[in-house]
Amino acid sequence: MTALPPFQNLLDEHAADVMGVLRGAVGRADAEDCFQETFLAALRAYPRLDDASNLRGWLLTIAQRKAIDHHRANGRRPQPVGEVVEVAASDPEPDEGIWAAVGALPPKQRAAVALRYACDLPHAEIAAALGCSPEAARRSLHEGIKRLRKEIG
Amino acid sequence: MKTSLEHLAERAAAEGLLDVAYATVDSPFGSLLLATTPRGLVRVGLPTYDPDETLEELAARISPRVLEAPARLDDARRELDLYFAGRLTEFDLAIDWQLTGGFREKVQRVIGRIPYGQTRSYTEVARSAGNERAVRAAGTACGSNPVPIVVPCHRVLRTGGALGGYGGGLPMKRALLKLEGIL
Repeated sequence: MTALPPFQNLLDEHAADVMGVLRGAVGRADAEDCFQETFLAALRAYPRLDDASNLRGWLLTIAQRKAIDHHRANGRRPQPVGEVVEVAASDPEPDEGIWAAVGALPPKQRAAVALRYACDLPHAEIAAALGCSPEAARRSLHEGIKRLRKEIG
Repeated sequence: MKTSLEHLAERAAAEGLLDVAYATVDSPFGSLLLATTPRGLVRVGLPTYDPDETLEELAARISPRVLEAPARLDDARRELDLYFAGRLTEFDLAIDWQLTGGFREKVQRVIGRIPYGQTRSYTEVARSAGNERAVRAAGTACGSNPVPIVVPCHRVLRTGGALGGYGGGLPMKRALLKLEGIL
């Protein structure tokens, strides 16, 4: 097991990335709140983390969850852009329904979908965040989207 | 206006998630690393020590929830500034002794009570800690003092007045003794 570095290192190294991703996902005005929630959640869980090999991916995964929470709480705001929104065009409660469905996906697919559409990451970054190959990330994303289409239809 | 990171440190503290807060402060000898837990000052890193290594050690031995939070060390910084300016002779800071223990801790607590401007020998310190013959162990205890300056191990000399050792280097020990009017 790798020793956990001082939490401050995570802030020094990844705060800018997390903030960038959140700005893309929830907009500039709400990014700061999500940023605080992300790092507080990370700090809370940190001592129990048993794999310190991909801390950036771990933080970005927490950030995407906070972005999802944010979108759920603001159900009517059509923030996320791209395919997912188009899929939801006929849904009376677009965001709420979609993000609830995203939340119900298996973890890898959920993370891939959220990192792509809530955090606006390219495939290579999603792969890095999930600790898998770009091909595997693409597959998780594809399967997640397919499942969402079926569920929300 | 508070920065995002100051705000985060404050919220972390309010939620009991700030296990170790630290700050780097200037001193006449170079940068000091100060670290505190909710119980008190837990580490003073002298300029001779690599701050990154000290922080890693704190993460491993106390908790990885280590955050830079200078506001939490305002009191310690203020008292140290006054001390270096020759305007403070007794620190009034809570100390967290968790990085030490056993005979070393006994010795360090004895050292903590040596008054400003006075010195003791390693033998005297060993005796006050309850074991006159453990002179070498007393020396080790000085060397492993987690909070130097505040616990003034620079006031411990060899019998006969030779300087002995100092983690911050002998020039610093000499300067501190001069500051206190001993040399």
